[in-house]
Amino acid sequence: MSTDQILGLITGILFGFLLQKGRVLRFEKQVGAMLLKDMTIFKFMLSAILVGMVGIALLTDAGIITLSHKPMNLGAVLLGGALFGAGWAVMGFCPGTSIGALGEGRWHAVFAITGMVAGAALYAELFPFFKSTVLVWKDFGKIGLPETLGVSPWVIIPFFWAGTMSLFFWFEKKGL
Amino acid sequence: MKWKTKDGGWSPYLAGALVGLLAIASVYATTQWMGKSNYLGASTTFVRAAGLLERTVVPDRVAANEYFTKEKVRVDWQFTLVLGIFLGALVSSTMDKSYKLESVPPIWENRFGPSIGKRAVAAFLGGIVAMVGARMADGCPSGHGLSGMMQLSVSSFVALAMFFSIGVLVATLVYGRRSL
Repeated sequence: MSTDQILGLITGILFGFLLQKGRVLRFEKQVGAMLLKDMTIFKFMLSAILVGMVGIALLTDAGIITLSHKPMNLGAVLLGGALFGAGWAVMGFCPGTSIGALGEGRWHAVFAITGMVAGAALYAELFPFFKSTVLVWKDFGKIGLPETLGVSPWVIIPFFWAGTMSLFFWFEKKGL
Repeated sequence: MKWKTKDGGWSPYLAGALVGLLAIASVYATTQWMGKSNYLGASTTFVRAAGLLERTVVPDRVAANEYFTKEKVRVDWQFTLVLGIFLGALVSSTMDKSYKLESVPPIWENRFGPSIGKRAVAAFLGGIVAMVGARMADGCPSGHGLSGMMQLSVSSFVALAMFFSIGVLVATLVYGRRSL
């Protein structure tokens, strides 16, 4: 195994361990969030984002890491995001959690995983068509919110923290 | 705030915050050892897995495919990361005895009955649609939802809003009110 593969494997094991401990791998948790009855995955994701965004902004400021934005390709993000949302609701898993769900014994995740591999193969076949249509509709490039708004990330991060913490208090108050 | 949940898991706030630390450590480690900042993600691995499988049957077709060439069909850092998710979940669930063999998810069974075939077809079709969408949007709840949001990427705010709003709409239509 190469260094890359070993590093990926260790990171993945820790990631899978935490996903399982947070109980976010399950179909019930994912669909429960989409039915607005169980906010576990929101709590989990937003907590990760709150911590991660501070560390990433610090390391970027220090010049230690570089950001890697995904393109703000409006048509593709809107349509792709909608297709993903629809498939996710039926499947009850996202790509990462489907693999984790298999690890905790929910073997039916294998149907979702097979479907996603088939979907990836289909996308590869359709790519030339998408490339000349939805992928070129309105591409704003790889942009971040700070430069788009013309402010430092340190202006946005406190607002994000405040908004998210209020949401957390609301979840707890409502028992969601 | 409780650090343990009723079912023996960890508070999602705690587990999530630790994933935040893992994400930071991972970007740092990949920059140091791989020479490039890599962020947590999962969905590109499905493209590589599809390419690896297809290659065993129709190698020429894979070699000639523009998308496979672009994403490079190989077992890379993210590929082993996704395999690691399986192992990590297996270890964690075995340790706290939450490992459970399940053929049909309970919410699904309440709504559509215990048929494995029905669940299999729906999950397979849902998987196809979701993955076409994830590749079009260039990310899933890991790549956009976690990594993109942490970097304050504009596309990730839009993608996550779409994932959830359409997810809520379709889940409500599919599982209705009888589900929980």
